[in-house]
Amino acid sequence: MLSIRELYIHYITDEGIVKAVNGVSFDVQEGETVGLVGETGAGKTTTALGVMRLVPNPPGRIISGDILLNGESLLGLTEAQMRKIRGEKIAMIFQDPMTSLNPVLTVGDQIAEVVRFHNKKTSRADAFKKAAEMLGTVGIDPDRMDEYPHQFSGGMKQRVGIAIALTCNPGLLIADEPTTALDVTIQAQVLNLMVKLKKEFNTSMLLITHDLGVVADVCDKVAIMYAGEIVEFGAVPDVYRNTGHPYTIGLFGSIPDVKKKVKRLSPIQGLMPDPVDLPAGCSFEPRCQVATAECKTLKPRVGEISPGHMVKCTHHWREANHGHSS
Amino acid sequence: MGRYIFKRVLYMIPVLLGVMLIIFTMLYLTPGDPVRMMLGDDADEAAIAQLRSELGLDEPYLAQFINYVKKIVMKLDFGVSYVTGRPVIEEIMSRYPTTLILATVSTLVAIAMAIPLGILSAIYQNSWIDNISRIVALVGVSMPNFWQGLLMILLFSVNLKWFPASGFTTPAHWILPALTIGTSGAAAIMRTTRSSMLEVIRQDYVRTARAKGAPEGIVIWKHALRNALIPVLTIVGIRFGASLAGSIVSEQVFSIPGLGKLMVDSIRNRNYPVIQGGVLLIALAYSIINLIVDILYAFVDPRIKSQYSAKKRVKYAGKEGQGSVG
Repeated sequence: MLSIRELYIHYITDEGIVKAVNGVSFDVQEGETVGLVGETGAGKTTTALGVMRLVPNPPGRIISGDILLNGESLLGLTEAQMRKIRGEKIAMIFQDPMTSLNPVLTVGDQIAEVVRFHNKKTSRADAFKKAAEMLGTVGIDPDRMDEYPHQFSGGMKQRVGIAIALTCNPGLLIADEPTTALDVTIQAQVLNLMVKLKKEFNTSMLLITHDLGVVADVCDKVAIMYAGEIVEFGAVPDVYRNTGHPYTIGLFGSIPDVKKKVKRLSPIQGLMPDPVDLPAGCSFEPRCQVATAECKTLKPRVGEISPGHMVKCTHHWREANHGHSS
Repeated sequence: MGRYIFKRVLYMIPVLLGVMLIIFTMLYLTPGDPVRMMLGDDADEAAIAQLRSELGLDEPYLAQFINYVKKIVMKLDFGVSYVTGRPVIEEIMSRYPTTLILATVSTLVAIAMAIPLGILSAIYQNSWIDNISRIVALVGVSMPNFWQGLLMILLFSVNLKWFPASGFTTPAHWILPALTIGTSGAAAIMRTTRSSMLEVIRQDYVRTARAKGAPEGIVIWKHALRNALIPVLTIVGIRFGASLAGSIVSEQVFSIPGLGKLMVDSIRNRNYPVIQGGVLLIALAYSIINLIVDILYAFVDPRIKSQYSAKKRVKYAGKEGQGSVG
């Protein structure tokens, strides 16, 4: 389905080159849900925008690598060809429903126009009929077609966002922290709706989040992103039960345990490195508990610690390639 | 919406009464006796007293003011010009169409130049189009009208003989003054359009439109421009309102018999009734333009409209696919 190969995306600014995405590779298979997890600034959204080829340029630029959709390279397409992909083959749900709908257009219009972008012959009336149907599908009364976004609550707006994304029945849905801006009770509703519709529409999904709990509930595979790199990738049970990368271990360690009484949470010490000035060796080395001298200089390589479970860490790579079991 | 407009028209009454009060009071406090001025220095006291009571000038301040307002409201009687002896209303109305035409044409010229340039400048930010537009705008805003007018007369009337140099009888006469007034307005409108557009094209909903596969034209015209229009409307309204007061400099340069020229002449001759009437008319024109701009806001932005009118839900006819989820 979607295959990202050695993708590099940089923002070229006056203050320096912000290396947002550095050699990201992973696949999303047909029908699969892949979670992309990482802290703020790890490059998750930039990766997603890269797939849509919507990285704001200037200052952003896809430096190298490739993005393949069903074997076809998206980076080689013209802008006009790419427009046919956006919204029809790959659709995106954005983080903040408050700002991602156009305030001066009715929600009906905003859904209906997607139909007409991708099927020029569809009449206005048919497009609006489809829009009404989509509103119904996401649980909004189709009578509210002619209302404007400000007349909807946050959760409702995100439902409209989902309706827009699914209108053309895309093969791949990219959801960029779709529930982060919503309140907790609504988060679960919206997430359940997405999972349900994903099955109904038979789409693959790339779910960007920083919530490991959501990933465990929803995703088949998970990619852990740190400083623009995928540091660990694998099936959810593998990554959760047989965690490899020290960063992932730290992430799980920082989740408070409801059964234990602790005075303080145990965060990962330190901060993510400045993407303008990344460490020469492993990006995680300054915060890593198990770092050795060579981590300072040696770029880590990807080791497969069990089938399909990749970890980008020098120690694991050595173990994997020298037959020591982990 | 209708109720809102009606309410706004009612609000204009206190504004205009306030203007009348201020002009009337200023005139009342101005030194000099109008009756003595009319009859001359050697008139006898009995004649002066008689005329004074005929004109109502012996009554107290408040009574005189009420009388003044009454005459305007009931009979559109603004008094008589000291210079020509004709009613002020006639004097002003013989000039006003000229000013109205000049204001309208020059504003249209300004809009036609400024909005497309502003949009292009924003879309191609920091490109040569943007740089040239910004330089032109800078020149336009810094060049004094009288100088620009003279240069235009020199080029288009004296050398090329394309347009007449003075007067305001045929549409050919409109062009040079409208261009002169229009360019200075255009500079301000262009800069506002550019900055507003720049802000809007970075909004999330513009990214959403692109993510749907919208062609660039639709992204700009449908999604961005309407949102960017509010500050542009404001500045166009202000410019138009100001030019309805007459453009004193340009009218002088092109010898146009407009309101600006009438006002300047009247001020020079201490022709108080004409000044009073003129100021009142200018205030009225400003109020009306303001009202129109406010109404246009509501048409551009449904969020503003919903503040004005009671919530009204329009039912959508098609009710297909009304599944409820979540």
